[in-house]
Amino acid sequence: MTWLLSLPLLLPFATAVLAFLARGRGTLAGWISLGGCLLLLASAIALMAAVWENGVVAGQMGGWPAPFGITLVADLLSAVMVVITAITGLAVAVYARADIDARREALGYHALFQVLLAGVCGAFLTGDLFNLYVWFEVMLIASFGLLALGGDKAQLDGAIKYVVLNLVSTVLFLTGIGLLYGLTGTLNLADLHGAVQNVENQALLTVVALFFMTAFGIKAAVFPLFFWLPASYHTPPVAISAVFAGLLTKVGVYALIRLFTLVFTQDTGFTHGLLLVIAALTMVTGVLGAAAQNEFRKILSFHIVSQIGYMVLGLALYTPLALVGAVFYLVHHIIVKANLFLVSGIARRLTGSFDLGAIGGLYRASPLLALLFLVPAFSLAGFPPLSGFWAKYLLVKASLDVGAYVIAGTALVVGLLTVFSMTKIWAEVFWKPHPEGIEPALTRLAPRERATLLLPVAALAGLTVVIGLFPEGFVVFAERAAAQLLDPAAYVAAVLGSVP
Amino acid sequence: METVLAVLVGVLVAASVYLMLARNVLRFLFGLVLLSNAANLTIFAAGRLTEAAPPLVPEGLPGPPEMVANALPQALILTAIVIGFGLLAFALVLVYRGYQSLGTLESDAMRYAEPVADTQPAPATKPEGGAP
Repeated sequence: MTWLLSLPLLLPFATAVLAFLARGRGTLAGWISLGGCLLLLASAIALMAAVWENGVVAGQMGGWPAPFGITLVADLLSAVMVVITAITGLAVAVYARADIDARREALGYHALFQVLLAGVCGAFLTGDLFNLYVWFEVMLIASFGLLALGGDKAQLDGAIKYVVLNLVSTVLFLTGIGLLYGLTGTLNLADLHGAVQNVENQALLTVVALFFMTAFGIKAAVFPLFFWLPASYHTPPVAISAVFAGLLTKVGVYALIRLFTLVFTQDTGFTHGLLLVIAALTMVTGVLGAAAQNEFRKILSFHIVSQIGYMVLGLALYTPLALVGAVFYLVHHIIVKANLFLVSGIARRLTGSFDLGAIGGLYRASPLLALLFLVPAFSLAGFPPLSGFWAKYLLVKASLDVGAYVIAGTALVVGLLTVFSMTKIWAEVFWKPHPEGIEPALTRLAPRERATLLLPVAALAGLTVVIGLFPEGFVVFAERAAAQLLDPAAYVAAVLGSVP
Repeated sequence: METVLAVLVGVLVAASVYLMLARNVLRFLFGLVLLSNAANLTIFAAGRLTEAAPPLVPEGLPGPPEMVANALPQALILTAIVIGFGLLAFALVLVYRGYQSLGTLESDAMRYAEPVADTQPAPATKPEGGAP
């Protein structure tokens, strides 16, 4: 089983090396990256099938038994996150063939992109806290490179803010690791699950938990730690910001879910109560921030923040149904958000700008693109029968079940405000005529380029519709994933062997 | 010894927070260097400071013959130092490149990604009827 676990890490790294060697040789690196993503998707699906069949899969790297060696472990949540990473990676790798200019390709875009995917997969699959830190760094350094690649003024400006604030988060994470090790003497996540119960001073554990909450909160861009996100996500090329938007903050959310279901569950009244307040404020500030923006990608960036609130809400309620909602939301959000960024890139290709005031006329000139925008946009806002509706429905139902009426109301109102933002984009970009009288038809793109840009968008939109029309299988899956999160016995047994 | 280290960590964190409150990005980075050193020292202290033999296993024995020091915190710190070094080197180059390109180190003046006028509603480029 070990090879199944390590393939999602080895494949992107191997692809990165090949793509780096092939850079500057025309389109070769792009094809290598594409092939690597296909293999990654295949290995991710094989891993998910194995986890679905056999329960939690764990492997000890280097043959050292846990908790001494480094463990790779995949439960259903990890497995589905790896699959969705591969899907997003594949979509973006296709899109990048037409979006990334030759200069950035020569600078090593494809290699950095693959390293980023490896870092993300590693963070999802590791079963060791310090190893999680290392994967975060792999991911971070690749994202730094991608963000600054090309060196436009706006990019450098965004990158400086992104880099320094994420470095602060890294240091907090590291401090938390040190303190947790001092308290428990272990850093293996499954081992920690048991070890934290033997700590004499449980209040100290809560303090350490807050270190992790802050560190992952910065990565996940929750209120009030999100300012680096809307400052930087709209600056790089679309094929870069789409993969950032889809994956990076979600790694932070994943880490929050993992730690606050597996390790820090001794004082849920305080920690999860705090998360609930954070979730509400994140949802509201994100959506209000978006309402004030007039740039396509900036609106979408603020909506990432707002949507993160929903996922944290699922964790904060900490009931079976709420966790089902959180898992469902994670998957739905990654697909939809990456897709919206990809659409914004095509819109900009056709109309010449991201500025809502300076563009328009897409509905009449390219109705297909309008449709492809409407699907993820309505899904984001939570219209039935798209995936976002079920995600929101689960979360709102979970909050009503525990009598959290305020938070349920907040979630609904934020959904409404999301519609406002999406209709603003619709009215400005698609409905109104182009201010300079340009006819932004899709035929302005070369046929090959058109297919390369539209294919991933259509595929992701199709996925949203499929999840929306046939949610039952996905909900059953999310239910099993949530059950594993709430009762980590299987996880612990898989990692530590027969030891309870 | 733990107390001394704890006080030292406190002083480092205080100094780094003071530096990171500055608008100058370079000062912020120096603060970050201090902060990451403070984090490394925290791991060191949290791993218990003991006077013991180095954790070496002589040839032919299944384990060390006497009490040895805990090697794990040092391994963690070494990894963290290497990673931190790489990240900070990148950050310094990035800030230098930013200084060359943007002409400033003041974070208040870095408004290329978010121009101040950007948050205002767009001027009257909006045509009257919305419908095509």
